[in-house]
Amino acid sequence: MIMSNVMMMTMRESYGKTLVKLGEKYKNIVVLDADISKSTCTYYFGKRFPQRWFNFGVAEQNMVSAAAGLATCGKIPFVNTYAVFASMRACEQIRTMIAYPCLNVKIVASHGGISTGWDGVTHQGTEDIGIMRCIPNMTVVSPADPIATEKLIEISVKHKGPMYIRLARNPCPIIYGDDEKFTLGKAKILKEGNDVTIVATGIMVFEALKAEEVLRSKGIYARVVDIHTIKPIDEDMIVDSAKKTNAILTAEDHNILGGLGSAVAEILCRSYPAPMEFVGLKDTFGESGSPQELFKKYGLSHKHIVHRALKLLKRKKKVKV
Amino acid sequence: MRKGQYSQKLISNLEKKALRIRQLIIEMVYRAGSGHPGGSLSAVEIVTALYFHIMRIRPKEPHWEDRDRFILSKGHACPVLYAALAERGFFNIKELYTLRRINSILQGHPDMKKTPGVDMTSGSLGHGLSVGVGMALAAKLDNKDYHVYVLLGDGELQEGLIWEAAMSAAHYKLDNLTAIVDYNGLQVDGKVSDIMEIAPVAEKWKSFGWKVLKIDGHNFYQILESIEEAKSSRNVPVVIIAHTVKGKGVSFMENVVDWHGKAPTKEEYKLAMRELYGKK
Repeated sequence: MIMSNVMMMTMRESYGKTLVKLGEKYKNIVVLDADISKSTCTYYFGKRFPQRWFNFGVAEQNMVSAAAGLATCGKIPFVNTYAVFASMRACEQIRTMIAYPCLNVKIVASHGGISTGWDGVTHQGTEDIGIMRCIPNMTVVSPADPIATEKLIEISVKHKGPMYIRLARNPCPIIYGDDEKFTLGKAKILKEGNDVTIVATGIMVFEALKAEEVLRSKGIYARVVDIHTIKPIDEDMIVDSAKKTNAILTAEDHNILGGLGSAVAEILCRSYPAPMEFVGLKDTFGESGSPQELFKKYGLSHKHIVHRALKLLKRKKKVKV
Repeated sequence: MRKGQYSQKLISNLEKKALRIRQLIIEMVYRAGSGHPGGSLSAVEIVTALYFHIMRIRPKEPHWEDRDRFILSKGHACPVLYAALAERGFFNIKELYTLRRINSILQGHPDMKKTPGVDMTSGSLGHGLSVGVGMALAAKLDNKDYHVYVLLGDGELQEGLIWEAAMSAAHYKLDNLTAIVDYNGLQVDGKVSDIMEIAPVAEKWKSFGWKVLKIDGHNFYQILESIEEAKSSRNVPVVIIAHTVKGKGVSFMENVVDWHGKAPTKEEYKLAMRELYGKK
C-alpha cells in the first residue's frame, strides 16, 4: 500500500509554526488562548511575539468577545481553544459578537472529532461543524492534514471575515505535497473513479484514501474528494460527482446530523438527487479510548467506508433498474 | 463635589441636551410601538455627558481610528444612544422614527454595521465589557490614547461573563477602559435585589482589582468629575457605579418595573411629553 509509509505530524504543530511565520509578516495578527497554549501550539507565537499573545485563562467566552473588540480596532485575532468549547461554550459570543457584525476573527478549534481519543466525550468536538455551519457569515474549514492546515491558515489571513478552522488532536498522515495550492470553497479531487464518490473532510480524507485502495482491489473505482471548506461548500464539485458516479458517500469525524453529510445532502436533494450514504457518528457520543479503537467501535474506519460504499453500490443498481 | 470645576453654562447646556434626549426617547419608542424606555431614561445623563462633552469623536467620520469608543452593553437601552447619536449629527434625526421598522438603520438592539456611530453590536447581555477589554488591549498595542467606555446594566451584572471580563481587565491593567454601571435597581421581572441580589457591588469590583467610584448618575457634576478621575487612573481600570432612577424624567415611569420594555399608549405618550416639554 502506498499509504503504509506516510509521514505523521499533528495539525496543531503545523498550525503553531505557521502562526509564527504569519506573525512576522502581518503585524496586526494577535493570538488569544485559554490556558491550553501548549496543546494548541500557540505558545510558539507567544514566545516569538509576547506583546501580541494573550492568555485569557480558563475563560473562553471572555476570550472570544475580547477578540471581537480587537477586530473592531483592525487586529486579526486568532482565537484558540478546543472545538467543544469554541462551538458550544462560546457559541453565542461567536454568533452575536463576531458573525453578526462579520468581524475578522479566526477561531481555530483543536480536538475536533472522536479521534481526540482518551480524554473522552467532554473534549471530543463532534457537533461543532453543524453548529458553525448554520451561523450566517461564518466560513467553516476543516483541513485534512498538516500541509492543508498550513495553507488554509495562510489563506485565512487574507480572507476578511469570521472563520472557523477545525483541527484534529493527534498526529495524522501527511497526504499533500509542500507546494499544494488551496482555494477556499474549492474541493480537491484526490482520486478519480466512476463507480462511487467518497466525499470526506478532515482526517477522514486519509481513511477515504485507504478505502479507495481496498475498493480498487475489488475492481470498484471511487472518486475521492477532500472538502476542506465545508462552508461555503463546493456545490459544483458535489453535483459533478453525483452526475459522474450517481452514488455519494460522505465521511466525517462528526455527528452525521448537521455536518458534512447534511451539507452534501442539502445540495443533492436540491440539484441532483443521487443515492447517498453517511459515515460518521450515528447521533451518539463517543467515549475514552485510542483513536483507532474508537474509529473501529463507532464505525469511522476505512473498513466502514468500504462497507458503506458497497452497500451504496447495491442501492445505486436498484435505482437504475 | 467641587462645583467650581465645571462652568454653570456647561452644566445647563448638558441638562438641556438631556431633556431633548428624553423627549426623543419617548417620541421614538411611542412611534415604534415597542422598545425599552425605563433603562433608556435612567442612562440619559451618562450618555449625554459622554457624547456631548467627554468623548473624542467625529460624527462625520464615525470610523475614525483614534476616536473614543462607547459600548452600550445594556443594548436594550439603545433609544438613548440613538437619540444622542442623531443629536450629535451621526445621522438625520428623522431616522429615529424608523426605530424597529423593517429596513431601518436603527435595529431593536444596536447594530454596528447598520448605524453610524455605533462602535459595537450589543443587546445580548453580558458581552460588552469583554469587547471593551479587546478594544482597550488594541489601544495599548498600538500606543493609542483613545478611551473605551462600557455602560452596563445592574441586572446585567448577574451574567457570569461580566466577571470574566472584570478579571481580565484588571489583569491587563486596562486603565484606558471605564465601566459605568447604570444602577437603577430594577430588571425585567422586578427588583434586582429580589430577583438575584448583586450587592455588595462596590466590593465585588474592588475584589476583582478595579477602582470603584460611586455617584448620582443624574448629576452632571458628579458624572463629569468621576469620568475625569477614571481617565486619570494608571494601571487600574475604573468602574463608576451610577445610582439612577429607572424611567427618570417621566414621573409615572419612574421606579416602575413595567416600563422596562413597553411603549406608552397615546394617552401616556401625551402625558409624558407634556411633562417633558413643560420642563423647558
